[in-house]
Amino acid sequence: MLSFFSAHSPLLAIVIPLLAAPLCMVFGNKSVAFVISFLAAAASFALSVFMLLWVKDGTVLSYHIGGWAPPLGIEYRVDTANAFVLSIVSAIGMLALSYARTSITTEINEKHHTLFYACFIMCFTGLMGVTITGDAFNIFVFLEISSLSTYTLVALGAEKDKRALSAAYDYLILGTIGATFFVIGLGFIYMATGTLNLHDLSQRLPEISDSRTVRAGFALIVIGMGLKVAIYPLHRWLPGAYTYSPSAVSVFLAATATKVALYVIIRFMFSVYSKDFAFEAITFQYVILPLALIAMFAAAFVAAYQINIKRMLAYSSVSQIGYMLLGLSILNVEGVSGAFVHMFNHAITKGALFMAIGAIVFRTGSALLPNMAGLGKQMPWTSAAIVVGGLSLIGIPGTAGFVSKWVLMSAAFEREWWPIALLIVASSLIAVVYIWRVVEVLYLQAPAKESVVQEAPLSLLVPTWILIIATIVFGLYADFAISISTTAAEYIMQGGFGGKEVIILGVEGR
Amino acid sequence: MEPITALLATMVLPLLAFVLCLLTPNRHNIRDGGTFIIAVLLFGCVLNVLYHFNNETPVAYEAVTFQAGLSIAFSVEPLGMVFALVASSLWIATHVYGIGYMRGNKEQKHARFFACFAFAIFATMGIAFSANLLTLFLFYELLTISTYPLVAHKENDAAKKGARTYLGILMGTSIAFLLTAVVWTYAIAGNLDFKLGGLFEPTLSPMFTAVLLAFFAFGIGKAALMPFHRWLPAAMVAPTPVSALLHAVAVVKAGVFSMLKVGVYVFGIDNLSSTGASDWLMWLAAFSILAASFVAMAQDNLKRRLAYSTVGQLSYITLGVALATSMGVIGGGLHIVTHAFGKITLFMCAGAIYVATHKTNISEMRGLGRAMPFTFIAFGIGSLSIIGLPPFAGSWSKWMLLVAAADTQQIIIIGVLLLSSILNVAYLVPIFARGFFSPASGTGSKALNANVPWREKIAEAPLLVVVPPCITALGCIVLFFYADVIVEFIAPIATVPSVETTNG
Repeated sequence: MLSFFSAHSPLLAIVIPLLAAPLCMVFGNKSVAFVISFLAAAASFALSVFMLLWVKDGTVLSYHIGGWAPPLGIEYRVDTANAFVLSIVSAIGMLALSYARTSITTEINEKHHTLFYACFIMCFTGLMGVTITGDAFNIFVFLEISSLSTYTLVALGAEKDKRALSAAYDYLILGTIGATFFVIGLGFIYMATGTLNLHDLSQRLPEISDSRTVRAGFALIVIGMGLKVAIYPLHRWLPGAYTYSPSAVSVFLAATATKVALYVIIRFMFSVYSKDFAFEAITFQYVILPLALIAMFAAAFVAAYQINIKRMLAYSSVSQIGYMLLGLSILNVEGVSGAFVHMFNHAITKGALFMAIGAIVFRTGSALLPNMAGLGKQMPWTSAAIVVGGLSLIGIPGTAGFVSKWVLMSAAFEREWWPIALLIVASSLIAVVYIWRVVEVLYLQAPAKESVVQEAPLSLLVPTWILIIATIVFGLYADFAISISTTAAEYIMQGGFGGKEVIILGVEGR
Repeated sequence: MEPITALLATMVLPLLAFVLCLLTPNRHNIRDGGTFIIAVLLFGCVLNVLYHFNNETPVAYEAVTFQAGLSIAFSVEPLGMVFALVASSLWIATHVYGIGYMRGNKEQKHARFFACFAFAIFATMGIAFSANLLTLFLFYELLTISTYPLVAHKENDAAKKGARTYLGILMGTSIAFLLTAVVWTYAIAGNLDFKLGGLFEPTLSPMFTAVLLAFFAFGIGKAALMPFHRWLPAAMVAPTPVSALLHAVAVVKAGVFSMLKVGVYVFGIDNLSSTGASDWLMWLAAFSILAASFVAMAQDNLKRRLAYSTVGQLSYITLGVALATSMGVIGGGLHIVTHAFGKITLFMCAGAIYVATHKTNISEMRGLGRAMPFTFIAFGIGSLSIIGLPPFAGSWSKWMLLVAAADTQQIIIIGVLLLSSILNVAYLVPIFARGFFSPASGTGSKALNANVPWREKIAEAPLLVVVPPCITALGCIVLFFYADVIVEFIAPIATVPSVETTNG
C-alpha cells in the first residue's frame, strides 16, 4: 500500500485534487465540499513533502503517465526545484482552504460556497500540475485550468464589492493574452524541434539555438509567462485581482500563483533554453534586470500611497517579484537559489499578511487604512500578526524575509555587483515606510468612539499564526530553505532537466 | 549553576518578565514585584556567568543553525560581560525607579511599558553575549523594535513624531548600512564569528577597509554618530525611565558596544592602526563630540540637553575605537560603564524633578535644589562624573582616552577632549549650581522663607523615584576606586601589555 503511494506519488498529488473538484459539485453540499477539498489538498501536501524529502539531494523522479515513455507519452518530472514549489503551493493551498471556511461566510452567498470549493481545488490542481509536469503543452493545459478557475474565484468577490467583476475581467483579458503568447511560443519551438517534452527540448535546442524561430519562441514564452508573473510593466491585472477577490483567494493567489508562473519562466530559461545562449544573457542584462529594479522601487513607492491595505500588499507583491527576478538576473547559483528562497519566504509572509488583513475585513468589513484605527487593542492577535509579517516583508533578522535578503545580497556580492546589493537594501527601506504606516494606525490611533470590534475567530487566527510562526521558524532555521534552494539552483544552473540520478516511476506491471 | 545554563538564563529571564507583564495587565503589584524579582535574579545570573568566566575556555552556545557554517550563537567575552553587568544591574535600579515614576506620574498602559522594557533587556543581553555578527544584528534589530512602543508610549502627536524619527533612523541605517556591511563581511571573510585580531586578511586594501568601516560606523545608528544622531533627542518624548535605562544605557550602549566589537573582533585594532582606515572616523567622532556639546548648551529642555550630551559622550567611545590603540579601546570600554552610571543618574534626576514639579525646562529650575536636595546632589555627582573630575568614575575613562590620543600623537584630538570637558562643565554645572544658589523663580515659595525649618522646605519626589538616582550616584563614586578591576578585566581584548601599569 505504502509502496503504491510512493510509486505513484507524482501522479496522485495531481489526480486527487483533480477528482475532488467534480466530487464537490456532485455532492452539492458546502460542508461536504469543504471536507473533500481540504482532504484533497492535505493529501496533495503530504505527497509533495514526501517527494521533496525524496529529491532534496538532487534526485529526479520521472513518472511516465500510463506507462508511455516520454517524449511520446506525458511525463511528470520532479526535481528539487519543483518539489519545493509543489510543497509551497500545496501547503498554502491547504491553509487557505481551512481559512476559507470561515472567511467566505461574510463574502460569498451561501449558495455559491460549493462552487467556491470546487473552483478553489481546481485552481489548486492547475497550479500543481503546471509545476509538476515535464511536458510543455501540459503546462499550457494546467495553466488554463488554474486561470479559468481563478477568474471565477476573483469574480466571486463581486457579492461584496462589484469592482471584483472588472478586476476579474481585466485578469481574464490579460491572462488570456499571456496564455496565448505562451502557446504560440510553444508552437514555435515545437515547429523547430518536433518535441514538447521539456527534457527532450533541452537536448535538441542547443543545436538550433541561433534559429530565429527558436528565439521568437523564447520571446513569446517569456512575455506570455511574464504576464502571469506580473513582471513590472505587465502587472496591471494583479492589484485589482488581489484587492477585490475574497480573502482566502487573495491569500492563495498572492502566495502561489505568481510563484508558479515564475517557476515556469525559470524552467524555460535555464532548463529548456540555456543561460549560455547569447540572446538569453542579453535578455537578462538589458530586460529582466532593469525591469526587476524598476519593480522593486516603483511598485514599493506606489504601495506606500495606497489607502486600501490589500492593494498595498498587492503592489508590495509586484515589488517582491522584482527581488526574485533580480536573483535570476544575477545569473549565478546564489542568485537563482535566492530567487527560490524568496519564493518560499515571500509565500509564507504574504500569505500570513493577507490572512491577517482578511481577518480584519471579516470583522470590520473594510480593508481601508483609516478604518483600522486602534485595532491593535481590539484585535491584538491579528494586529501582532500584521506586525510580524510586516517585519518579515521589511527583512528584519529573525524573520523569513531576512533570509531572502541575505541570500540575494550574498549573490550580488559574489558577482561583485555591490551597487545591486545597495539597491536591495534601499528598496527594503521603502517597505519600512508602507508597513509602518499600518502599524501606526493600528496601535497609535484612538479607535472611533462607538466601534466595538472583536478579535477574529480562531478559525481565522490559527492558519494566520501557523504562517506567522513559520516566518519566524524559517527565519531562524534558514538552513532548510537555503540548502534546498541551493541544490535546486545548482542543478538548474547546469542546464537541462537532469539531476543526480533519474528514478523512473509509473512503469511497473507493464 | 552550570555556566551555559546561567548564560541562557540571562536571556530566558527577561523573556519570562516579558510574558509575566503581558499576562498581568491589571494586577500592578504582582507584575511589578515579579519583574523586580526577575531583575534581581538576572543580575545574579550575570554574576554567575562572571564567576565562571575565564579567557582560556570561553563559554559558548550555539542556538540555531542559520546556514551551513553560520548560526545564532552566544559566547562570553570580557566586553560583553561588562556590558551585561552594567545593563542588568542598572535594570534593577531603573525598574524600581520606573514603578515610582509610572505610578507617581499616573502614566497609562503599565503592562505594555514594562513588557517592552523587559523585552529590550532581553535584546540587550543577546547583544552582549552574541558570538557573531549575525546574532548581534538580530538582537540589535529586536532592541530597536521593542523600544519603539516605549518611545511612542504617550501616543500623542509629539510621541508619534518622535517615535517615527527614532524608528526611521535606527532601522533605516541598520538595514541600509549595517546589513550591507554584515553581508559584505561574510562575502569576503567567509564567516562572521568574532575573533580577536579581526576576520580579514591583513592584505585587505586600506581604502576598502575604510569604506567597510564606514558602513559599520553609520550602520550602527545606535552609536549616534553624527549625522545620524537625530533619533536620540527625538526619543526623549519617552517617559523618563525609558530615557534613563534605554537611552543612557541599553540602546546607546548597545550601539557603541557594537562599535567596539566591530573594531576589536571584526577589523582588529592592529589592522585599523596599520592601515589608517579609521582616521576619518576619528575626525568625525571628534567633530561629533564638539558639535553635540555646543548644541547641548543651547538646549533649555533638560532631557534634550542630556540627550545631546549623550551624543557627545558616545562619540568618545567611537573615538576610542578609531584611535585604534589598546588604550583607546580599553578607555572606550570603561567609558561604557562610567558614562552609563553617570548618565542614568542624570536622567533619573530629571525624571524626579518632573514627577515632583512637572518642570522640564532648565530655566524653571532655579532654586529647586533647596527643595529637592537629594535629587540635586545626585545630579551634581552624575554631572561631575560625566565631566570627568576625580573622585568620580568618569575621570578614568577620559584620562585613558587622553593617554590614547597622546600615544598616537594626535595633538588636535587632545585639544578636542580638553575643550569638550570644558563644554561639559559649561552645560552641566549651571543646572545644579543654579538649583542651589539661585533664588527660586516662583514667589512665595517655601524655600525662600527663612522662617520655615529646613525639613519642611524639602519637597522631594516619591521615595521610589529619589532613591535609585542616589544609588547610581554612589555607584559613580565607588567605580572611581574600582576602575582598575574593570580595566584589568577587559585588558585581554587589547593585546599590548603596558595596560596594567598605566592605571595606578
